[in-house]
Order: sequence, then C-alpha cells, then structure tokens
Amino acid sequence: MAPVVIDTAVLERHGIKPDEYDRILQLMGREPNLLELGLFSVMWSEHCSYKSSRVHLKTLPTAGPRVVQGPGENAGAVDIGDGLCVVFKIESHNHPSFIEPYQGAATGVGGIIRDIFTMGARPIALLNALRFGSLDTALARRIFEGVVAGVGGYGNSIGIPTVGGEIVFDEIYAGNPLVNVLCLGISRIDGIVKGAAKGAGNPVFYVGAKTGRDGIHGATMASAEFDEKSAEKRPAVQVGDPFMEKLLMEACLEVMKTGAVLGIQDMGAAGLSCATSEMGSRGGLGMSIDVMHVPQRETGMTPYEIMLSESQERMLLVVEKGREHEVEAVFDKWDLHAVQVGEVTEGSRLKIHERGVLVADVPNRALTDEAPVYRRPMQEPSWQKAVQKLSLSDLGSAPPAQSAFDRLVAVPTIASKRWAYRQYDHSVGTNTIAQPGMSAAVVRVKETKRGLAVSVDGNGRFCYLDPHRGAMLAVAEAARNVACAGGEPIGGTNNLNFGNPERPEIMWQLGEAVRGIGDACRALGIPITGGNVSLYNETEGQAIFPTPVLGVVGLLDDASKTTTRIFKRSGAVVVMLGDNLGEIGGSEYLATLHGKVLGVPPALDLAREASLQKLIVGLIRDGAVESAHDCSEGGLAVALAECTFDSGGIGVTADIALCGDKPFLSAEAPGAKVEGLSGDWRTNATLFGESASRILVSASDEKLPAVIAAAKAAGIPAIVIGKTGGDRIRVTVDGKAAIDSLVADAEKAWATAIEQKMTGRAPL
Amino acid sequence: MKFSVVVFPGSNSDYDAFYATSRVLGEDAALVWHKDTDLQGADVVILPGGFAHGDYLRTGAIARFSPIMSAVKAFADRGGPVLGICNGFQVLLEAGLLPGAMVRNDRIKFVSRVVAVRVEQTDTPFTVACASKQVLNLPIAHGEGNYYADPAELAELEANRQVVFRYSSAAGEVSSAHNPNGSLNSIAGICNRQRNVVGLMPHPERASEAALGSADGLVVLASAVKSLASLSFSRN
Repeated sequence: MAPVVIDTAVLERHGIKPDEYDRILQLMGREPNLLELGLFSVMWSEHCSYKSSRVHLKTLPTAGPRVVQGPGENAGAVDIGDGLCVVFKIESHNHPSFIEPYQGAATGVGGIIRDIFTMGARPIALLNALRFGSLDTALARRIFEGVVAGVGGYGNSIGIPTVGGEIVFDEIYAGNPLVNVLCLGISRIDGIVKGAAKGAGNPVFYVGAKTGRDGIHGATMASAEFDEKSAEKRPAVQVGDPFMEKLLMEACLEVMKTGAVLGIQDMGAAGLSCATSEMGSRGGLGMSIDVMHVPQRETGMTPYEIMLSESQERMLLVVEKGREHEVEAVFDKWDLHAVQVGEVTEGSRLKIHERGVLVADVPNRALTDEAPVYRRPMQEPSWQKAVQKLSLSDLGSAPPAQSAFDRLVAVPTIASKRWAYRQYDHSVGTNTIAQPGMSAAVVRVKETKRGLAVSVDGNGRFCYLDPHRGAMLAVAEAARNVACAGGEPIGGTNNLNFGNPERPEIMWQLGEAVRGIGDACRALGIPITGGNVSLYNETEGQAIFPTPVLGVVGLLDDASKTTTRIFKRSGAVVVMLGDNLGEIGGSEYLATLHGKVLGVPPALDLAREASLQKLIVGLIRDGAVESAHDCSEGGLAVALAECTFDSGGIGVTADIALCGDKPFLSAEAPGAKVEGLSGDWRTNATLFGESASRILVSASDEKLPAVIAAAKAAGIPAIVIGKTGGDRIRVTVDGKAAIDSLVADAEKAWATAIEQKMTGRAPL
Repeated sequence: MKFSVVVFPGSNSDYDAFYATSRVLGEDAALVWHKDTDLQGADVVILPGGFAHGDYLRTGAIARFSPIMSAVKAFADRGGPVLGICNGFQVLLEAGLLPGAMVRNDRIKFVSRVVAVRVEQTDTPFTVACASKQVLNLPIAHGEGNYYADPAELAELEANRQVVFRYSSAAGEVSSAHNPNGSLNSIAGICNRQRNVVGLMPHPERASEAALGSADGLVVLASAVKSLASLSFSRN
C-alpha cells in the first residue's frame, strides 16, 4: 500500500491519543504502517480493550464451585449438574441501534448468539434489557419500533426464543438508547471449545459470510460520543443475515462434534483483526494469514478494509492438520464454503500478507494483553449530594393514592411489554416454561428435570442517585426475580452502560457501580462470568444515567416446581415477606407523579437479601406458596395489582400498615432526609415506595403456618396483608380506603398503554 | 409408526416436531435432510416451522425445489398423511399441494402468542381424534400467516369442507375480533381435496406438554396415530 504519513490528523481519525501512539512506537520498535495503525485503533478501542474499565472489572468476584469458564473467553459457563453447563453472556449494541435501530439491534442479537455457539453450546434463550426516551416523542417511538422489530427479526428467524427482559423509558436515553442482549445456551462440560490457537502448522479456516466494507471502525464508533454528525456514521453499522447465521450455527455445532476443531472465534467487533490476534495471544502462538484468501463481497478491497471490516456472520477456526476434509464436509452439507486463510505459527506475531507480500507484522500481545490500561481519575460529581436531598415541601401536594395508582399502572416503564414481546417468537424450541411478562424467564433443560430462571435488571435512576447502592440493588433485584421463580442464583453477567470515561465524574460512577456489583455478588454468592462495557453513551455532553444491567441465571432442580407472580385462585392468603419502609427516593412514583429524580435509593441489607432469597427458593421448592412476586417499580400497590393481572380477573383485598419514619430519618445517608412528611404523603410512600428485599406471596390457609415459620427461622418478617378473591383490587392503609379498582379496568390500562402510545389509538 | 420430519436449512421447529412425536408421543421419528430423496419409511411426513431457505424472497418459495419435495409429493399422491406447520404450511402452498397463498399479517408485525383455534373437520388424519368444534389453545409465531385465496377458490374450499381449523374465541366463537392475522374466513388451517395433506399456521408441537402452558396440540399429532389404522395407502 502507498505509504501514508502518520500525522496527528491520521491519529485522530483512528481515535488514538498521542501517548497511545508513543506506546505503539515502543511496542513495535518502529513506526507502524497504516494497516498496523488500523489494527491498533480497533483493538485498543474502548470497546475491545476495556482500557478504562479493566482495573475496576478485575475486582469482581469471578470464582465459584460451579464456574466452568470465567471472564476472558467468548462467554462464561457454569455447571448445572448431569455433566451439563449453562453458557451465557450479555452484550450491548447501543450506538449502532441509535444510528440504525433495526439493523443495530438485529446484529446485536446475532453477535451474542455467535458468542454462545462459539463455545460449543446450543443457544436456547434470548433476553434483552432496553432503554429508550419517552414514548411521547416521535424519535423514541421510531427507535423503539425499529429495535423491537430488529430483535424479533433476527431471533425469530434463527429460531432462538426471546423469553424475557425489561424495558425502561426515560428521556435521559433519548439520544442514547440502550440495547443489551443476553443469550444463554447449553453444552456438555466436556464439549466446551475455546477461542485459542493451538499447534503451530495447523490451518486457520474462515467460514461464513463474505467480507464487505460494512462496519469498518464500528468498534471505534462505539468508543466515541455522539454529536450532530452521528447520522453520517451509518456505514459503520453492519447488516445482519439471520439465515446465514442459522447455517453457521448448525454447521459449527456439528463440526465441533468431530473433534477436528481445536479453537474457534467469531468475528464480531474489530472483525478479523480481533479474531486473529486474540486467538494467537490466548494460545501463546502466532498466526499468519493472507488476505487474498478471504472471501470478499466487494472488489478492490484493501488489506486495511478486509482486516477492519465488521461484516456479520463470520467465524475463524483452527483445525487439526490432516483433518481439513472432515471440516469441509460438514460446511459443504450446509452449503457454506470454508477456506483456509492461513496457519498457526511458532512465536507470537500476527503476520498479514497480501498475495504473499508481508503487509503487517505485529506482536499479537501488543494488540491484546498489552493494550493500555487506564486508571482514569475519578471525582464524585459536584451535584451528587444535592440530588440526594429530597424535600417534600419542594414537591407540592401529594395526589390521592387512587389517581397515583391509575397513572402508575399505565406508565410505559411499568405497563405490560406485550406490544414488544408479542413480536418475539418465545415458544420455539419447546423449552419456555414461563410465558414472557413474568419477573423471570424460565426455560427447561431437555433430557433433565432441571430448569433455568433468568432475569435482567438495572435501575439507572437509582444509580444516578447513588451508583454504589444502585448497582447493588440491580444485582439484588435480578437475583430476587430469579429466586421468585424458584431458581437458586448460580451466576451473573453484567453490562455496564455509562457516559464518557474521560470525565472524572463518569469514571467515579463506573467505579462506584462496579464496587456495588462486587459487594452484592460476593454477599449473594453470584460469580460474574463475563460481560460487556459500553462507554461514551453521551450526546452533546449529556450522559445517560449510569446504567449497569445485571443478568442473573438461577437453577431449579425441578423445573415443574416453578411459580409466577400470578394469583392462582380466590381465597388464598397474601403475605408480604420483608419490611415496607416507604422509601420513595428515586422511585417511579416521584418521577411519574412529580417529575423528579431525587433522594437516595432504598437501603439494602445484603445479609437479609440473601436470607430472603434462600427463603423464597425453599418455599417454592416445597410447594408452600402458590405465587411469588418481587416488589420493585411502583412499590407494593403496583406489585399487588400485577399479581392479579393475567390471572383471569382474580382480585385482592389488602390492608397495609402505614410506614414509619425510619427511611426518612435514615442515619446512613444524612443528606437524604425527607422533610415535611405528613398525611397523604405517608399513604403514598406506603403504597408506592420501592423498599428492597420484599416479596409478595400467596398461600393456602393450610400452608400459611409453614410459610410464617420458615420466614421466622430465616429472620424475615412475614406479614399477612390480605386475601385473593372478588374482581377488584381493594387496598386500604391502616383501614383507610386508598385504592379500589376493577381488575379488568386496571389490567386493560396496564396491558394496552404501550400499544396506545405506539399506534395513537385505543387497541381492539 | 414413524414420523419423518423434513429439515430444510432454515427450519427451526424441526427438532420440536421430532421431540413431540418421539419423546412425548412415544412414536418413531426421524429427521430427514432436505437434500435427501428418501423419506426413510415414513408413515407420516411433517414439514416443520422455520424460515426454510431464509425466505427473503417469499416464505417457502425456494423450499419446493429441495430434492426431498419430490418424495413428499409422491407420498402425498399415494394418500400418505402430510402435515405442514407454519412455514411448512407455506411450503405446501408454494409447492401446490394445498390451494391458496399467504400474505403479510394485516397488522404488519410478526405475531407471537397463544390463540384459540376451533377444529372444523374431524375427518382428516390430523383431527380424527378431536371432538367436533373442539377448541385448542395453540401458539402462533409468524409474520406471514394471513391466508388468501381468490373468491372462487375460497368458495370451493368451504364447499368441500377443506377448512380444518379456524381462529376463534375460547368459547369457539369465530369473528374478526379473534382473527390474529387477517386470514380470510378466519382460516388457520386447511386440507387438500383428498384430505390427507393438512397445513396450519398454529404450532401443535409447541403445545404438546402441560409444562409448556398447553398440551392441546398433542391431539393433532395423536390423530395421525389413530388414523393410520383406518387409512390405506402404499408406502415404499
């Protein structure tokens, strides 16, 4: 290639800082050529190198007796018994989904599916955590519509059910929607295949879609903020082909069974550059390839374009020499063409040739392990203490509980997400035990009695108000949701969505959040086996709420014991496990009814949370409860209503004790004192506060003593609050009427709220 | 008896049909690759759901050229029972084994939910174990399930009692309010004139165990077992 002078403009275009270039010169021992600079650019991007987050991520607990594979591979894996493991990971596709919602989301799904089958696991379930701006804006509706169609379009075609997830709407995400997708698969433990090169002289094969010019510098794009020119970056978004991926998935799973595949890696972010350098460095070996063998979709592509392309649905395989024909035969069956592009070499260099001429020669560890690691400065934001102060006198008068309830059940963040999940095939695969819309997704593991409960959760508002506590609450909620389905949490994956890490206050949020995830995971016994970091989620200086999303996987020894939030019959006793403290800091109630994001998030006692989760798992396993539901957004009142939804109209009558002063006089967060609490305020805090570590269960009169006794033994308060029956949701506070709605009316408002926003008309 | 489930490269419910017939129903079952020409001694053939060849052109449009389809046609011509589920139904339409066509759902979007389906005819190999007007709760998951036939074709279908399943309310009432995709006459499934080839959009194999939320679909597969004794056709 023609020599290009590497000046500051070239470096800037590649997102490489001057000090980083100095490091490149040192590692290379000479000036890189443009192709080599391109390799560094994508491999050292935030997206691939985790250079800002790595020092923090290292503090997370990753070990545990069940962990088969921790972070560092394509996905994590956890032992589920019977010689099987669950392979899972969450990954983001935030930036592409803003620029091109359908393809951005679709290729995000495609990417995480490849990470799972690359490990030798058959993917059996998808979940997603999505964030959008307010549905009252045309921009958010367009992005939401496109993302949901893209998630469905890809997963439905390939035949992996989308079984659950969560969606939150808040204007803070208007210019930076979040699309985090979790995929989960099953493999025999001895069938796990890794992404490392083995054995010098072994051939390296390329298989899958041809390489085009799409997605060049996608990883670099995902590592920069947006501005008014972001729409011009559309060529950096890839286009997905789920049919190609289906062929690749089936062929790869089949070819791995031959034993002739020694290592395999998908070409996701940074494409061929990442696959070649990571496989080499993981195996402690080198790799030599010639780009002329790479199948190309367009003519005249340069080595630079070929190496940096992020065309989708491509895999790189290291095959045992002499067994190439076995591999080729499987790919032929699936009408895929596997071509040898190079070989594994002694040493540790990545050598790229163009028709035999060496065009790049880089130590592969320089691209991977030796990428810069930043301990970026952290500074608590100057506004942090101010937003934690919640003074009720500033909020005006408290609305009547009934009108607050009516608003809350129909607010898009709380309302049923059926408009979205009805576009997702959730029944393909015949493993889906819990229908979408429950607290956790539950899939069975065929050929065993076992089941897996999975939940993804994150509350950006809580993390904005206190990133450490907010992140702990996210872990606790995901695990609690899994436990409410009867699953014992066995592993987690995290997706860290934050703003620009070069700003000390963003870095502080990230550091605090990771510390919170670590604290909660240690206390609840949940190893983190992998994840993803998405930074630079800012538009014109406005960062999103810090939004760590936690995916937690739980194991049920007997999938048939699982339960859901739904009341099963009239005449059951309703019990609240935990304390109703009336904490309204950062609540959906404050945001929706008062337009404020203020206060401190609810307190979390991790030891109590662990006891509560053990308690509910045991109660479900023993068949002592008929339903179980976590209380989160909208508090106790909304949780009670949700138990009646989808039940066929079974109502509930409940009386709640007025909450005390405790949360408002909290000593642990002195800045957070709520002043001026009285009258309706206290009623609303009782009904809509979002105190953690609470679960609503229903049980028969016969089982009630066992439930109470088990709770007592676990040190968890168990308060009988009412009974199921009738066709109304009737809630009183200290005997005083607060909410009285027909289940059918409340359910209709809840079920159709999003549909109405999206279509602008009342649904059928 | 033996169920042969055809596997197109983009089939995604092939294993589900295999599992429901072999593990749940306890019959013999085989997965038959679309490039094969032999149905492996099938008593019943199932064309499963999925996106047979990616279906970027038209659902099921390319699958009819797969080598196995000649064997499926010959099997059907001999009176062998053939069931097309979802994409398999679309393939049967494209292959001319069933009349009519599928167009995009009337509400445009992909629709995935459990619907009630009323059994209209019980004299096909896939409904013989059903009660007349029995209502089944079955999942649907499709973007193009809006059944269309021209008026003459539609009248003929109705006159010949070829409409086998209709979308309905839980109580069996058929109306536009219970039609999820805009299909003419609320058609969810039909059969050929000879009644041995049946296609339907809902997925009986996904509703074959109570653990999955409904076991109503099992009667469709069990019907094939029951009907075999009363059906006479030659197999190779």
